[in-house]
Amino acid sequence: MKPEENRGRRNFVRGAAAVLIGGTVLSAGRNRSPKLVWQIDPEKCTQCGRCATHCVLAPSAVKCFHSYSICGYCDLCGGYLRPDAKGRNTGAENQLCPVGAIKRTYIEDPYYQYKIDEDLCIGCGICVKGCDVFGNGSLYLQVKHDLCVNCNECAIAHACPSDAFKRVPASEPYLLKSDLERRIS
Amino acid sequence: MKRYVVPPLGGFSRAGSLWTSRLKAVLHTLAYVFLFCGVANAEFRFPMPEFASGYEHPAVHTPIPSNAMVGWDVAVLIAALALASFLVLKRRKRREIFLLTMFSMIYFGFVRNGCVCSVGSVQNVMAGICDPAYGVPLTVLIFFAAPLIFALLFGRVFCAAVCPLGAIQEAVAIKPVKVPPAVEKVLSVFPYIYLGLAMLSVAMGSGFLICQYDPFVGVFRMGASFSMLIFGGIMLVLGIFVARPYCRFLCPYGVLLNWCSKLSRRHAVITPTDCIQCGLCADSCPYNAINEPTPAEAPEARSKGAWRLGVLILLLPVLTALGFGVGGLLKEPLSRLHPTVQLAERIAGEELGRYEGTNIESEAFRASDTPNEELYAEAVELKAGYGRGGRWLGAFIGLVIGCKLISVSILRKREGYEPDRGTCYSCGRCFKYCPVKE
Repeated sequence: MKPEENRGRRNFVRGAAAVLIGGTVLSAGRNRSPKLVWQIDPEKCTQCGRCATHCVLAPSAVKCFHSYSICGYCDLCGGYLRPDAKGRNTGAENQLCPVGAIKRTYIEDPYYQYKIDEDLCIGCGICVKGCDVFGNGSLYLQVKHDLCVNCNECAIAHACPSDAFKRVPASEPYLLKSDLERRIS
Repeated sequence: MKRYVVPPLGGFSRAGSLWTSRLKAVLHTLAYVFLFCGVANAEFRFPMPEFASGYEHPAVHTPIPSNAMVGWDVAVLIAALALASFLVLKRRKRREIFLLTMFSMIYFGFVRNGCVCSVGSVQNVMAGICDPAYGVPLTVLIFFAAPLIFALLFGRVFCAAVCPLGAIQEAVAIKPVKVPPAVEKVLSVFPYIYLGLAMLSVAMGSGFLICQYDPFVGVFRMGASFSMLIFGGIMLVLGIFVARPYCRFLCPYGVLLNWCSKLSRRHAVITPTDCIQCGLCADSCPYNAINEPTPAEAPEARSKGAWRLGVLILLLPVLTALGFGVGGLLKEPLSRLHPTVQLAERIAGEELGRYEGTNIESEAFRASDTPNEELYAEAVELKAGYGRGGRWLGAFIGLVIGCKLISVSILRKREGYEPDRGTCYSCGRCFKYCPVKE
């Protein structure tokens, strides 16, 4: 075969390949979507504890969030105190959190504020479970987006047993429980 | 919302008792229901307190995702591809190409944490094609298409100096040994199998395999799951002696780049002018990517070669059909890649008393109150899907093996040593070894 003919055929096949790539891209991108980020749906989360262990980051980008607006400010807090706690105080032996990341402060009788220290929180969800069972459910897990590296395949999402991880638009990156309340009142 | 019976706890010190607070909560709820019919309502066990001391609760800290680097990534990608093309085709200096490679490893790898990468973007594109609801961001589309377009124009310059996965392997390839060409040919089927499996996995919705088994992302992020680190460690140690093991024997995106590069408009050349056939370049290439010139006399009679080619061409549909059949038989093992099928088998096993106790997945499923039958039906449907997908996967692999057999049996006429356009990574090692200078 003459080189010129060969070149013409190569050009044609190359053009066809370029069209194929373009078609693939157009077909994949036909659904214009905003940038998406990972988030936990608190309604689906079962607090299995894998958020603390399966994130590619150490400690995990998942942290406990506290929606104060739906908190009962209980003295006997299911998220703060161990079920077998000897007393309702800040003693380490009474705390449920394995890393002591919840700070309890007295507000007024009989209310106490619970604040998460996010530098300490490992996202294990133990307090979330306690608050869900005994309280209002104002503690819940969320992906903190200043930490999350937004992996293409989130390792926690893959390990999540309850399908609670989903992609949400980056413009509204949190699924806050307090938003649910704000919508109602 | 899950409801639990609150156990009567001793020593409850709230004003009023637990029961009055619960009653209040119920009344609140009723009031809300009456006021906002149909609005999803959160029910609370305890009413939100009204503070006498003027306390105001702190705001929830919600930092927004950083978006600043995304535009940069695309710009750096295009610039690096353009620079790599220039270095490979014009400058022809191994050292300069290697410096760009190290830059890419640091920027796309360690700074940007190796995500999103072109290798993984294949899956997003596939997901975008299969699932109309899945939107692929523009950045990902560019990361998918740009290296392919550059490969169509200038060869695999992306592999040479832009891909962070290639770059980290290039950095550890200290003492590369030659893999026998026959072994290389056989192993080069694996990227096709991996690509097919990954695409099947995306199409069936069982996740992004390429990302789950990314060997180097753990190195870039300085932490990953144990299996990921082991796999990455093996790849890096192996990579000291067998240069770029992931690129050559696994990388699924390399398959597409290989196809595009075969058609490339321009490609790196070893000898700037005329080849003196010294063979030094072939020794320098750790990737078996340099083809030798055609021997002066034909190694066999023309008719014999034509006969073999005819047989192989007839074998092609046979292999494809064989793959189609075998792929269908792989339904069961393939479908176990899917978490829903795994869960269904676990639940069924628990019902039959095959397992002791429950695991996290089955507990979460049982808490969701979905009937088992629904799960089983879904799993059966998925298995059927894997049966169909497995057949296509098998046919694809059969076709690839057939084409590979044909390509090894064809003798192409070459005047001198030439890079193999499909497998050459344009790394530039051979430039230095060629004694012919411009």
